[in-house]
Amino acid sequence: MSMPRRRVSTSAPRSGRRSAGSAERWELRLYVAGQTPRSLAAFANLKQICESHLAGKYHIEVIDLVKNPQLARGDQIVAIPTLVRRLPPPLKKIIGDLSNTERVLVGLQLRARQ
Amino acid sequence: MAKRQYTPRSAVRGLPKCPTGIQGIDEITGGGLPQGRPTLVCGAAGCGKTLLAMQFLVRGATDYHEPGVFMAFEETAEELTKNVGSLGFNLPALIRRKLLFVDYVHVERSEIEETGEYDLEGLFIRLGLAIDSIGAKRVVLDTVESLFAALPNMLVLRAELRRLFRWLKDKGVTVIITAEQGSGKLTRHDLEEYVSDCVLRLDHRVTDLVSTRRLRVIKYRGSVHGTNEYPFLIDETGIFVLPITSLDLQHPASTERISTGISRLDTMLGGRGYFRGSTVLVSGTAGTGKSSLAAHFVDAACRRGERCLYFAFEESLNQITRNMHSIGLNLLPWVRKGRLHFYAARPTLGGLEQHLAAMGKMIDTFRPHVVVLDPITNFVSVGEVADVKSMLMRLVDALKRQRITTLFTSLTAGDGALEQTTVGISSLMDTWLLLSSTEQNGERNRGLYVIKSRGMAHSNQIREFLITDHGIELIDVSLGPGGVLTGSARLAQTAHERDEVVARRQVAERRQHDLERKHAALDAQIAVLRAEYEREADEVQDSIVDLQQREQRTQVDRAAMTRQRKADKPPAMRGKPRMHTKGGRK
Repeated sequence: MSMPRRRVSTSAPRSGRRSAGSAERWELRLYVAGQTPRSLAAFANLKQICESHLAGKYHIEVIDLVKNPQLARGDQIVAIPTLVRRLPPPLKKIIGDLSNTERVLVGLQLRARQ
Repeated sequence: MAKRQYTPRSAVRGLPKCPTGIQGIDEITGGGLPQGRPTLVCGAAGCGKTLLAMQFLVRGATDYHEPGVFMAFEETAEELTKNVGSLGFNLPALIRRKLLFVDYVHVERSEIEETGEYDLEGLFIRLGLAIDSIGAKRVVLDTVESLFAALPNMLVLRAELRRLFRWLKDKGVTVIITAEQGSGKLTRHDLEEYVSDCVLRLDHRVTDLVSTRRLRVIKYRGSVHGTNEYPFLIDETGIFVLPITSLDLQHPASTERISTGISRLDTMLGGRGYFRGSTVLVSGTAGTGKSSLAAHFVDAACRRGERCLYFAFEESLNQITRNMHSIGLNLLPWVRKGRLHFYAARPTLGGLEQHLAAMGKMIDTFRPHVVVLDPITNFVSVGEVADVKSMLMRLVDALKRQRITTLFTSLTAGDGALEQTTVGISSLMDTWLLLSSTEQNGERNRGLYVIKSRGMAHSNQIREFLITDHGIELIDVSLGPGGVLTGSARLAQTAHERDEVVARRQVAERRQHDLERKHAALDAQIAVLRAEYEREADEVQDSIVDLQQREQRTQVDRAAMTRQRKADKPPAMRGKPRMHTKGGRK
């Protein structure tokens, strides 16, 4: 599996705005540095989580800092990979390859901390 | 601030160094931080780590044209700019000129969740971008330790830091990493394990209510360095470490001589005064004229067009100038012309080290030819004698290295031996003048000796020392039967000597007169004798004449008798008998 170049909306057109619950949109940014196995794993894990929990109302932007290093400053990126939840507020960051689904859900506040 | 020139000694030894441009640090480290390697600067909060690091970058940018990256983990660029702005560092200008890049790295623990594996590539990328964007040669990470608070996984963090320092080394940039001091160890998170080339420690201690900042090079791999703790100052131009005890005794020794300001004192010192760059100690009891001697020296230096720095620890500028005016020395014009600078402060103002650093700093900025410390004795009130001595030794070293002639005055306690300075520093001094006051005939008089003066034939005589309204005067003392005479005793002695001379002259005149009289008597006697002789000679003449007349008469009588007898023809007269008369042979 290859990673989308830069900006990929994975939101399915059919699920669109009428998604259940609320009209809130999830804007997620995944910062990676080159196509490392860890980056690829993070992207795959993220996509899977989004599909199963945020189907139709999420938007993932992948930023490769090797290509756009200047973008690291804006979101104060230190660790790679970092997932940034830009919307809905508040801003949340999850670092790591997102392999622990439980913790990702807690980090995205999709599940209460136990 | 003037740049220092360093001999490439360390370079010859194989370890290239990166000058910090910070006064003093380059001296201690023999040229700067290890080039292309990380240096750890550790210390407690508020000891000046960030400032030192920033100054390293700013000096690098302005003095050595080496752009630098400041990666701040604790302060934003705005805060940083504001904080160092008061020290005269204009960060925005440097940033505009692409000589500085400030990146604020903020990691908020509460925002972060950790799942699975990660690394700090983001930090590397940011740093790499910053370095490449301005071609940085210097990097500061301040304080990378805050990552320990932000990122929970210690193992990852440690591994990544190790990789970071290696990566920075590969980049060839000279790095300063700051770190908080831990309890019982250098840094809280053992960063010294990763940075092994050079470690500096800053310290801020308070002893006896006096705070002193100190710096120490704990480690410098592959280079000699000073191992002491060195005091430093933070003032309006940043950090200033006092150039301390030099690692080697290699001061230049000048053969140039400079006047003491008193011509007779010059004469006593081999005829030409002090050596330039030497140290002069003037010691004496209270009121013997130490400051006046110093003022003369300063005045002479100003007349030569040199700059003088006068550290006054007892009197204020106004007091000194007023007092010196009363002995005919007008120092104020020199102050106005900028040749003479006074620094008046109480020694108790700060710790010894702080004084040392402050003095060193003033000397460095004013670049004087002549420095006066008046008096050094007062420092004993702030420190132990040993500390004062060590401070002065360091100061002397620094001054000698810069070929500054220094005059120290020292107050000797009245009861102790005169040839003893309170702080025992005479061995540091090249020339030692002792002012003494002697009590005699109910008055005190001043005397001056040269106790020692290295490298010149100096007088061994004591001179009487007068403070007049036109300055100091040295006069020969009189040696009386009871020893050295000064003051009115000297005057009396002089008068006495003058009387004696008069008396001797009178005796001589009288004897000459006698002689003349004798001569006259002799002449008179001769005249008498001559008169007697003449009288005798006259008598002899008379008798001869008488004899001749008688002979003539006899002849006449005989002829008459012959005629009467009608005798034969009388014998013919052959002529007159030859007779000597007066004046003839006796």
